[in-house]
Amino acid sequence: MAKTDIICAGFGGQGVLVAGLILATAAMDEDKHILWYPSYGVEMRGGTANCNVKISDEEIASPFATELDILFAMNEASINKFEGRLLPNAYLFYNSSVVAPDRQFRPDVKAVGVPANEIAGELGNPKGANIVMLGALAKTTGLFGLDYLKRTVDAYFENKGKHNPKNAPCFDRGAAYVS
Amino acid sequence: MAKTLMKGNEALAETALRVGCRFFCGYPITPQSEIMEYLSWRMAEVGGEFVQTESELSAINMLMGAAAVGARAFTSSSGPGFSLMQEGISYIVAADLPLVVVNVMREGSGLGNIGASQGDYWQMTRGGGHGDYRTIVLAPAGVQETSNLMAESFDLAEKYRHPVLICSDAAVGQMVEPVTLPELREHDINKYDWALRGCKPGDEIRTIQNVYFLDEDYENHLRQKYADIEANEQRWESIEIADAELVLVSYGISSRFCKEAVRNARSAGFKLGLIRLITLWPFPVKAFAEVSPSTKAFLSVEMSTLGQLVDDIRLATGCAHPVDHYGSMMALPETKGIIGKAQAVLKKVSG
Repeated sequence: MAKTDIICAGFGGQGVLVAGLILATAAMDEDKHILWYPSYGVEMRGGTANCNVKISDEEIASPFATELDILFAMNEASINKFEGRLLPNAYLFYNSSVVAPDRQFRPDVKAVGVPANEIAGELGNPKGANIVMLGALAKTTGLFGLDYLKRTVDAYFENKGKHNPKNAPCFDRGAAYVS
Repeated sequence: MAKTLMKGNEALAETALRVGCRFFCGYPITPQSEIMEYLSWRMAEVGGEFVQTESELSAINMLMGAAAVGARAFTSSSGPGFSLMQEGISYIVAADLPLVVVNVMREGSGLGNIGASQGDYWQMTRGGGHGDYRTIVLAPAGVQETSNLMAESFDLAEKYRHPVLICSDAAVGQMVEPVTLPELREHDINKYDWALRGCKPGDEIRTIQNVYFLDEDYENHLRQKYADIEANEQRWESIEIADAELVLVSYGISSRFCKEAVRNARSAGFKLGLIRLITLWPFPVKAFAEVSPSTKAFLSVEMSTLGQLVDDIRLATGCAHPVDHYGSMMALPETKGIIGKAQAVLKKVSG
């Protein structure tokens, strides 16, 4: 059975729930079984947020992702919390702008750091750090085609009436950074 | 209509509007609050009325008024708030009124907690309020089924002039999955000849009472109504029961883990089956008539400490087989745990 289990995590406001919804939308349009589940419980403003994204060829049982193929970590607390759930050889994408440079990672996972805050800031789209990370994720994992996921990003915001022409450059720079 | 991604609670709310519901009243409580939040802006777009009442008592009684004039109306709540509505539901049954009440179950008795749980089975299938009644109870296991059952709930309520309960839970309510929604349509509130209207002198006077027991033949009417529902409205999904050594019985969020357990067990040569309940009442007794002679035991899988399905499984099988229980009110079931428990039950039965 082909499955991809992902957790997107970070501070509230870093767009981790949106990043998860964009991945879920891309998978839905490819006719996969998908399930998105938010962190749920007593959360405070400025605290951590996360969502589980499960993509599968078969019906999905649990809403929770416990054996991760991909961790999408926008801050260090998210790495601390979820690194242990990664399968061997899984991907750990992290926002190196806010993670200690000497941070050690599990030796059996593929850690990919992306200075997402800097790149998004340089492009004049500071809230687009999550989009930078999505570009890096698509390029590295091949989970979705680069152009396809970029179009999904734009379509997602267009559907909300919030088209932002600076998102596509963020996505491209994220992909270029890991090339 | 194309597939779209929606949260269970929001798909439920949007579906209600699309099948002609134009009145909602309720009081907020987690984990059903997205239903109210969504309707607070969306109801006005379709020309309906949304009222945040001062309490659940007010909501259920206001709803009775909307149903009495033939409107499609619903309310939603969870555990503690749903308990507060029981007196009103009892009155609505007595008045033969069709409406829909959603309970997005949370954990525990008393205040409990906001996590997913399935502890309201007894309350929802036995009546819940005072008096001699039961209600139709529909239990979705995912977002598409939440939409499908919500759409059907109003038809069932009107068919029998009886309340229908939707038994969701925090996990099904919060999860986002692809869903295809029904097309938007209007409901004609003049469709039924029993619905109350203002009338001029000389017009036919319609009444809705909450006391019908003085009427001749009232008990036969009741017996017939419940017998018809039991005969016509049982819904379930059977998976791999033809040669199953043990059959899991489950509903809602827990049944998703059971499906995975059946798949995994069978690929390892262990013949598990599943009866997934879609109506909790009427209990799908007919499903158990199809169970094979090779079945040696049943296992209830639900998020409950006490095992609330167990007695109903015993009744449905004429106490012919051992029935055990797996589950916790506080934690989602685990697929491996289900298989392990099933193996332990079979060992005990054969040993």
